[in-house]
Amino acid sequence: MGVEGIGARVVRKEDKRFITGKGRYVDDIKLLGMTHAHFIRSPHAHAKVKGIDSSAALKMPGVVAVLTGQQIVDDKVGNLICGWAITSKDGSPMKMGAWPAMAPETVRFVGQAVAVVIADSKNLARDAAEAVVVNYEELPAVADMQAAIKAGAPQLHPEAPGNQVYDWVIGDEGATDAAFAKAANVVKLDVTNNRLAPNAMEPRAAIADYDAAEEHFTLYTTSQNPHVARLVLSAFYNIAPEHKLRVIAPDVGGGFGSKIFIYPEEMVALWASKKIGRPVKWTGDRTEAFLTDAHGRDHVTHAEMAFDANNKITGLKVKTYANFGAYMSLFSSSVPTYLYATLLSGQYNIPAIHAEVVGVYTNTTPVDAYRGAGRPEASYLIERLMETAARQLKVDPAQLRRTNFITQFPHQTPVIMAYDTGDFNASLDAAMKAIDYAGFPARKAKAKADGKLRGIGVSCYIEACGIAPSKAVGSLGAGVGLWESAEVRVNPVGTIEILTGSHSHGQGHETTFCQLVAERLGVPISQVSIVHGDTDKVQFGMGTYGSRSAAVGLTAILKAMEKMESKAKKIAAHALEASEADIVIENGEFKVTGTDKAIALPMVALAAYTAHNLPDGMEPGLKESAFYDPTNFTFPAGTYICELEVDPGTGKTSFVDFVAADDFGRLINPMIVEGQVHGGLVQGIGQALLEHAIYDANGQPVTASFMDYAMPRADDVPSFNLSHTTTLCPGNPLGIKGCGEAGAIGASAAVINAITDAIGKNNLEMPATPDRVWRTIHAA
Amino acid sequence: MYQTTYHRASSVDEAASLFAKGSESKFLAGGQTLLPVMKQRLASPSDVIDLGKIKELQGVELSGDTLIIKAATIYYDIMTNADVKKAIPAISYLTSVLGDPAVRYRGTIGGSIANNDPAADFPAALLALGATVKTNKRSISAEDFFQGLFTTALEDGEIITAVSFPVPAKAGYEKMRHPASRFALTGVFVAQSKSGEVRVAATGASQSGVMRVPAIEAALKANWSPAAIDGVTISANGLLADIHGTAEYRANLIKVMAQRAVAAAR
Ligand SMILES: Cc1cc2nc3c(=O)[nH]c(=O)nc-3n(C[C@H](O)[C@H](O)[C@H](O)COP(=O)(O)OP(=O)(O)OC[C@H]3O[C@@H](n4cnc5c(N)ncnc54)[C@H](O)[C@@H]3O)c2cc1C
Repeated sequence: MGVEGIGARVVRKEDKRFITGKGRYVDDIKLLGMTHAHFIRSPHAHAKVKGIDSSAALKMPGVVAVLTGQQIVDDKVGNLICGWAITSKDGSPMKMGAWPAMAPETVRFVGQAVAVVIADSKNLARDAAEAVVVNYEELPAVADMQAAIKAGAPQLHPEAPGNQVYDWVIGDEGATDAAFAKAANVVKLDVTNNRLAPNAMEPRAAIADYDAAEEHFTLYTTSQNPHVARLVLSAFYNIAPEHKLRVIAPDVGGGFGSKIFIYPEEMVALWASKKIGRPVKWTGDRTEAFLTDAHGRDHVTHAEMAFDANNKITGLKVKTYANFGAYMSLFSSSVPTYLYATLLSGQYNIPAIHAEVVGVYTNTTPVDAYRGAGRPEASYLIERLMETAARQLKVDPAQLRRTNFITQFPHQTPVIMAYDTGDFNASLDAAMKAIDYAGFPARKAKAKADGKLRGIGVSCYIEACGIAPSKAVGSLGAGVGLWESAEVRVNPVGTIEILTGSHSHGQGHETTFCQLVAERLGVPISQVSIVHGDTDKVQFGMGTYGSRSAAVGLTAILKAMEKMESKAKKIAAHALEASEADIVIENGEFKVTGTDKAIALPMVALAAYTAHNLPDGMEPGLKESAFYDPTNFTFPAGTYICELEVDPGTGKTSFVDFVAADDFGRLINPMIVEGQVHGGLVQGIGQALLEHAIYDANGQPVTASFMDYAMPRADDVPSFNLSHTTTLCPGNPLGIKGCGEAGAIGASAAVINAITDAIGKNNLEMPATPDRVWRTIHAA
Repeated sequence: MYQTTYHRASSVDEAASLFAKGSESKFLAGGQTLLPVMKQRLASPSDVIDLGKIKELQGVELSGDTLIIKAATIYYDIMTNADVKKAIPAISYLTSVLGDPAVRYRGTIGGSIANNDPAADFPAALLALGATVKTNKRSISAEDFFQGLFTTALEDGEIITAVSFPVPAKAGYEKMRHPASRFALTGVFVAQSKSGEVRVAATGASQSGVMRVPAIEAALKANWSPAAIDGVTISANGLLADIHGTAEYRANLIKVMAQRAVAAAR
């Protein structure tokens, strides 16, 4: 592999600038004449905007403009879109409520913007915002999903009677009913998947800069996919044609999905910059992040699983209510449908599955993809069901899983996905060995003697990543293709620039992507740079989410590398007077095999650019690009086992051990992979024990600061014990499956299964706060 | 944050006179409460008078059976002070579980008790130890000083200069941390004075702020042991209830934390 090639634990190149405070984030950028925007946001969950009086604010020194929702509608800036069309079981399209960038008439969640103040400084804008008087007429609000679907509930959108977004089904209902009719045992479970606030470390921010002479916009924004942002802003929001809009996503401090979407603030900044003729900056604060970054999860589900007399699963029925919040965010419709229900087979042979998903509007912040997006909800449900079944059927939970594992690949599930490869027994074995599963009963007995309740919980997750084959997602309603692009530029002196449509916002692409180049060419990674995040520099690309950057983005780079290498070999062969077929690339040199004849890469590059002596008919230059569209999803899978103790006096959980055995296919940089797993596990544990975005009955957020919303901290989580059992992904040449979301997908079920094992009660909702665990222990 | 004028006082007297000059002055100590409130624009003092650099407000003194902690001493210095560890180790422990390192390097005992957050740790220690709050005008017993949520006996412009603790025979503190803020979801400080008096104070639990727990005091007076509290029932009436803990849960915590504090008491 070489010291910097594939599989090497190379220290991250980008960390020097991050840990020395030299990162360049949107808020670090200052433009000449820049103004600052402050949004005026609704304090009500549901209200009519009766009038906005900005006369006093406009008289304040330094105030440039106060712009309202009515103005943005009058200027024909488009409403926000949802880019994945879902059809209800009755054949009707999903019901999309109109979402203008600022509300001209009706606000539907606390934090929705009604106007924006633009001033010479951030503080002046904020001062002036306090002088703007908005006259609201409050309307009845509904925040709870179950309440929202009841007759007589306050209605959010005229387009969506009964507050229903869609009622969607998947699977074979008849076959599933038949399986249940013959079942030896049926296991039932109700679970809630708690709503989460994504909380990237860097809040969202945007700077819009309109150049009147060129009629050209530049947008600096905290985006995971700048090209998609440009596409949506130009094609749907009428901001500018694509060639007149440059989107730059510089260093971005975490996204977890929340920075996929194009938000009202970017739209308003662009529109306002043209209106006032000056650059407009907006940097959200933490409260705005809690109120307006798309939330994650928020499902309520009833599920039933049928078993035959040999404890083999014969059928699965699922009914899920998914909270959308007040509006349909960009990819919200796909999350509880194609990213969720298609994974309901888990790691198991389930001959018949039927799932129904009802999407519901409520007067809360919109909900969309958050690390795992649908797959954590599916995995949590299935793994809680398996544990419940093991308890009910009185079999060992690990054994019940083994009995039902899929062992033959490829495997077509009854819910669209066709798993390409995997070895579920191998990861279960590895995890059980790592945690000494067999020794658990003795440890439990010892803990009991010390007054502690000890539990162990297994979670065997599978996810569909590397999102996604464009044709397949197109047929399911996606509005975009999900390929990736790359370009390899070898400079005249032999250094290399890789331009990628993937976007790094913490993942370490600037290191891992270089490792592929080091692997193939044998050059040090210091000779390679990764260019991303700027639509003027990089050809169209789809961005980073769904654990796709290695499986799809890096494969695109590989394809471009192969083209470049092929041309370089021709040049080398020509220079060395050898046959192209005899040229091999080693340690940065092109060699004629079996001889000592060689030419170094810089010389090949120089030859390409001087073009003095190229093979006949060859174009000068050494630069190639490629687009790669995957043929299937990838299927990372693994087993997490968690051992913990519950303090019966306080209900507090303490971890004893947490093991993760993952199958991610090939690892490019194991250290970075471990970091991704650590982060994902912490988010999964955060969901299981701490995090919950809560609204009161009137739609007022209760958890809009870190004083109330509990984020996991270092001392809340254990030191993780990680290992890998590898089956290479047959779908891409590097054999990569992806690792970005696994931890967040698999961890929460392991934790809850362990706590419920410890306390001997099966029903426990997330987050399992000490209070909730204590009450569950002591409930009759 | 709104515009404000910052003053750095070099003595308590100077601080008091600067305070009197401002139209709406506020003292600043560690700023761990005041500054976030100002940043959220929930407070808009005309003048901020920084007490943090006043020498006479710094440090710890142990003389005989009295431990004096000056008002502007930061938690970290209290936590690591040898006299505190020797005389009342429970206070050293309390500061070690207060907030996080950043808060401990900035926050002060004076700021904490002046603010009297219903979930703050120090008020429980003062009440259980029978401490006296010294100000630039008078001495106030802890019992009289804490007057409910965010309310104290301090008059406008009055400066806390120190807290004086009688060294107890034994004292202990246990706290269930609030999962988000790390304040006390419920914390209980138990103390037995050298004359045999038992006081127990709970913070984070009651709707009216830090409080004594007479039922536990009586049980411990009869028998200073965790088991003595087994039979005590704590009513959930008047206790706080929020998303992190029901009133019943806090009632349970008062008992459990008291037992653990007794077990840990030295
Ligand atoms: C993240 C976080 C976690 C925290 N966790 C905890 C916790 O676990 N337990 C806990 O107890 N606290 C906690 N706190 C609060 C912390 O202890 C504060 O430091 C404390 O409440 C105020 O102390 P300060 O020195 O920072 O005072 P400041 O914020 O400077 O002042 C607070 C108030 O006291 C007044 N004041 C300050 N000094 C004096 C004085 N000498 N005389 C008269 N008035 C004065 C000020 O005018 C102001 O009104 C936490 C705070 C944060 C930000």
